[in-house]
Amino acid sequence: MNAPSAIVLAAKDFKSDTKPVWCPGCGDFGVLTSLARALADLSLRSEEVVLVSGIGCSSRLPAYTTCYGFHGVHGRALPLATGLKIARPDLTVIALGGDGDGYSIGGNHFLHACRRNVDLTYIVMDNHVYGMTKGQASPTTEPDWDNPLTPGGIGVRPFQPLVIALASGANFVARAFSGNIVGSAEIIAEAIRTPGFAFVEILSPCVTYRPEQRQWKELVRPAPVGATDDPARAARRILTDDGFNLGVLYCGSRKPYQPQTVREKKTLEDVAREFRL
Amino acid sequence: MMTAARPTLSSVSIAITGSGGSGVMTAGEILLEAAALAGFYGLMGRTSGPQIRGGEAAALLRLSDAPVEGYGDGFDLLIAVDWAGLERFAAEIPLAAQSLIAGDSSLGEPPQSMAAPGARRFDLPLKAIAKTIPAGRPNMVALGFAAALLGLADGALEAAARRSFAAESDRLAPSVAAIAAGRLAAAAVEGPWKLPLATPRFGERWLLTGNEAAGFGALKGGVRFVAGYPITPATEMLEWMSPAIAEIGGTLMQAEDELAAINMAIGASYGGVPALAATSGPGFSLMTESLGLAVAAEVPVVVVDVMRSGPSTGIPTKSEQADLNIALYGLHGDAPHIVVAPNSVADCLLTTEWAVKLAEALQVPAVVLCDQLMGQTRMVVERPPETTFAGERRFASANGEAYRRYALTPSGVSPMAIPGMPGLMYTADGLEHSERGTPSSQAKDHAAQLDKRQNKIESVDFGPHWAMIEGEGEIAVLTWGSCTAPAREAIARAKSLGLAVKLVSLRLMSPAPRERLAAALAGTRRVLVVEQTHSGQFARYLRAEHAFDAELRSLSRPGPLPLRPGDILDALMRWSRR
Repeated sequence: MNAPSAIVLAAKDFKSDTKPVWCPGCGDFGVLTSLARALADLSLRSEEVVLVSGIGCSSRLPAYTTCYGFHGVHGRALPLATGLKIARPDLTVIALGGDGDGYSIGGNHFLHACRRNVDLTYIVMDNHVYGMTKGQASPTTEPDWDNPLTPGGIGVRPFQPLVIALASGANFVARAFSGNIVGSAEIIAEAIRTPGFAFVEILSPCVTYRPEQRQWKELVRPAPVGATDDPARAARRILTDDGFNLGVLYCGSRKPYQPQTVREKKTLEDVAREFRL
Repeated sequence: MMTAARPTLSSVSIAITGSGGSGVMTAGEILLEAAALAGFYGLMGRTSGPQIRGGEAAALLRLSDAPVEGYGDGFDLLIAVDWAGLERFAAEIPLAAQSLIAGDSSLGEPPQSMAAPGARRFDLPLKAIAKTIPAGRPNMVALGFAAALLGLADGALEAAARRSFAAESDRLAPSVAAIAAGRLAAAAVEGPWKLPLATPRFGERWLLTGNEAAGFGALKGGVRFVAGYPITPATEMLEWMSPAIAEIGGTLMQAEDELAAINMAIGASYGGVPALAATSGPGFSLMTESLGLAVAAEVPVVVVDVMRSGPSTGIPTKSEQADLNIALYGLHGDAPHIVVAPNSVADCLLTTEWAVKLAEALQVPAVVLCDQLMGQTRMVVERPPETTFAGERRFASANGEAYRRYALTPSGVSPMAIPGMPGLMYTADGLEHSERGTPSSQAKDHAAQLDKRQNKIESVDFGPHWAMIEGEGEIAVLTWGSCTAPAREAIARAKSLGLAVKLVSLRLMSPAPRERLAAALAGTRRVLVVEQTHSGQFARYLRAEHAFDAELRSLSRPGPLPLRPGDILDALMRWSRR
């Protein structure tokens, strides 16, 4: 994370004038507002923050901010963010996207980003559906959810992203709800502040293809206990809750990944010496 | 890089073969280094089966008192440390009547397929000799035997062995003893394989592989971030770069796959750090979607594809030039990008450095098509000359106006903002976009950005490096990559037979240098197109992208067999007589 700036920006200063493509009532509006608020609360400067995304409704978010952004290909936000952060450790780098982007096509990168524990924040706006392609089952969709591509339901067990993140070595695991702007902003700010790979799963309803998710606002609640630093305990809590407990669920103290650095730099001529006969 | 062209090369070709793990590569590398230290030129290529241990392996050397850049037509000496799997090399190690096959009859007999008519057979009891030396190994006996036949001095061989075993000093004394015993065993053999006296060398000479040369070229070009996933035969490039880039203040990341590797490189480059990914065919296939992203988002990035035989897993350890099509045409949509190819081990340095400069200056991905033959061949070369390439990334500066990342400029190149720069924030996007970078699905924006991206690479002056051109003649060989060395040698031999042939080796494949190639071939009546693919990919590319007044004929062969000088010479002579 960067040093706080002298010029204090308000949450609105982090929002651009580009009109989102999202449907009215989409949860992602709330996530955008929470993120802007978190960046303002951390007194970050928009030119020192980079939002990296893949493809999907939620991946359109970077252009709706005044930060630097990279809207890349489907599923590859995490490696792109990783390369950027390693090359430019001075920047605050936040990867974000949806459940299809992060858990299906990008699933392998999710595992390895958790393992690698680079100082990144990863926000997944999870609505249990592929919205941009008009309503197919995602890795977090219930197996019996009827849809045109897999009539009668996809018949496959949903993915457990928070437990997978824990098992893979993420240093910070939290669940938030898009309708709770203040709570989500606090969690995002804490994720950014925490060194290492911080994973924030945000329940973000798709009111177009999953209108029943409007009920989520009645189902969510703060987790009954605070964060633990014991991954086994956190995993047990997550596996046994109903998926609606909100808050920071795990916060560890793993050292972030740092590539080896060399104190005394060599010149190219020094390097070429090994070729000489 | 060729100097002092001679009508024919007086060279000795040696194959040292054995099962994987028997030490043939170590023996070959010491022999090459000893010859180099003694003042000779030479090269050593590697060929092996897919096994790590126990399969078949061969070190293929060619030594001379003049520079050699490719294999000859056949091998003068075959030294078998054992006979395991040797028959699988029958086609890769052609022998002639004058050749000598030396090996241990206590371990068996040479396979029928290797026995060239009249080739001499010499029983070299490697195992028995090695047993007389505590910790002595048959590969070192074979090395001493080969060195004696070549007339290599003791001092050079010992110096090379000392360098090779620097990290394992306990292996040096037994190796030196085994080498001496091998020398003694050679006393019974008479042959014509003695290298001539080496001319004293004054200039600085280097000993390196194409993979190392490409890695060094990338660093010279300014690359300070590398990402990769292990893949034969590109792994050595990554392994060479890993400590080297750290020493000069950069980073190499091992990615979870090639999809990640290319995106890590794009991310680093977006952050202002010149970046590269190295891979081979299967990994390159995985990278193509994101190369399209780099085209659309205009992010400089370099990918080195060390080609191996394909499709699919193909023959991972052996060379081919058949990734030309995917490198040129493998990106979806209209996605103009740079494709360049080095034409020798030393040229891997220049071409990769050039690729970095082009990518940076034009904000576009550049693909470097190297191959296993160049990548894994270790060669003695003159120190490559310093070359200055024009081309730096153009950075934006805030002027109070709304920043247009993809502004339509006369050159097509738009000044690039880098995160951290205030007042220039934008979102790089693979979606089609307006000049500001905001997503657009309007026809006018698509047309404008397609034109911009095409114009910026087609209107630039690529300078003199687009091809290497040598000689004059009504007939020309038009080739690329590792086919260049045998073509050059064939042309030298044709000259001695009274036939003048021009050589054009294309370094810039995309954008196609149409006018320059047409000018280079003006007055040429016949063009022999030489490449190592099954379907004639290069010939098809030439017919599709270029216009020829001359008659074209294709000489194309798939890997793993290299095009040999004799093959090209035959084709030239047959055609010229018609």
